[in-house]
Amino acid sequence: MFNASVSFHDVLFMLRGAGVTLLLTFWAVVGGTTLGVLFGLLRASAPGWPSFALGAVLDVFRSVPLLIQIILVNAFAPILGFDVSAFTIACIVLAVYGAAYCTEIVRASVLAVPQPTRRAARSLGLTWADDLTAIVFPIALRVGLPGWIGLALGLMKDSALVLWIGVIELLRSSQIVVTRTQQPLLVLGIAGAIYFLISFPIARAGAWFERRWQDQ
Amino acid sequence: MIEIEDVHKSFGALEVLKGVSMTVARGEVVSVIGGSGSGKSTLLMCINGLEPIDAGRVVVDGVDVHARATDINRLRRRIGIVFQQWNAFPHLTVLENVMLAPRKVLGKSRAEAEAIATDRLSHVGLKDKLVAYPSRLSGGQQQRMAIARALAMSPDYMLFDEVTSALDPQLVGEVLDTMRMLSSEGMTMVVVTHEMRFARDVSDRVAFFHRGRIHEIGPPEQVIGNPQRPETADFLKSVR
Repeated sequence: MFNASVSFHDVLFMLRGAGVTLLLTFWAVVGGTTLGVLFGLLRASAPGWPSFALGAVLDVFRSVPLLIQIILVNAFAPILGFDVSAFTIACIVLAVYGAAYCTEIVRASVLAVPQPTRRAARSLGLTWADDLTAIVFPIALRVGLPGWIGLALGLMKDSALVLWIGVIELLRSSQIVVTRTQQPLLVLGIAGAIYFLISFPIARAGAWFERRWQDQ
Repeated sequence: MIEIEDVHKSFGALEVLKGVSMTVARGEVVSVIGGSGSGKSTLLMCINGLEPIDAGRVVVDGVDVHARATDINRLRRRIGIVFQQWNAFPHLTVLENVMLAPRKVLGKSRAEAEAIATDRLSHVGLKDKLVAYPSRLSGGQQQRMAIARALAMSPDYMLFDEVTSALDPQLVGEVLDTMRMLSSEGMTMVVVTHEMRFARDVSDRVAFFHRGRIHEIGPPEQVIGNPQRPETADFLKSVR
């Protein structure tokens, strides 16, 4: 029998979508952060044309709307002979998009570590690598964490855009439920609540670290 | 022994060291005085290779500091330096600040490094601040911590770059006392300073820097007490 009210199964269906959203966010954040740290370090410590060129390329990913990037990559990937799923394409595009932003967060955070502090570390005989791991990273982390948390939350919400290439994440699964039940306000309310439940712990974790570091 | 031979150094078009030569023997305390921008601090940075030089040589115990083959990180273990801005590592406690280099550079165990750090911090009067973060310390305490941090490497030489210039007047004394203590223990020191009293009381020799050159060098009674060059006399008049 046709039932038009939002059922327990609908919520389960949406939770499965939320699982996909979480997975997308996970890969986007892991990939984006890894690339972002590498690129950001390069941009901060090796000025000159490679750094400039990298900055210019990453600017493209920051300037073109994410939705256009997703659709273009999804369209061109098979033409170029890549046989990958929509989910993989979604992860890659989100990760590169995230990396473009993360690079600037890392670059600014590393440059925020005072040069005299680094000089003091080197004067004690610490190598470049020691200076990076023992001095630069811990201090830069404190500078960059709020921005990075913002980026992670942004990626999580931006991941909704991949519904356009057929990935059934939280928003797409909510749309499917809306189409059948015709109760958009209730369903989107539930979806919003799920997005909030995912974001909240991440935001709280960031705030916890910031509070802990305040004593220093 | 530190041997500085005809060192030239420019920042862009500005030549800050125009052929500087001097030697510092083991156990000696040499104060370097002179107006700001005279090149004193730059010379210190050249001694432990923090600044490259354009010409000349700096030789520490027979090792050419600026030679390509020199392991500069190895050499720096033996040359401690303390800066005008104390440059505490803000994310580490006082104890961890001092433990870092013994652990990373000398490969000491945590327990060994902690013993060294506690010893050096007690020596500079910071035994009760071990677990505090630097931000909780006064400028004088942070500067003494920076001295302990350099001493933790058991250096043969200590370089001091205007270490009291950024301190409130009432905090200067405690840092100078710590440096007096080090000199009485026989530490070889090169001290860039504006504290004429300290230079006169503690130094074996005083070098007067003016426009990138040493204009006068000799015992404090001469350079500060009875300057031979008009530039030295003018400078001393301006700081009195």
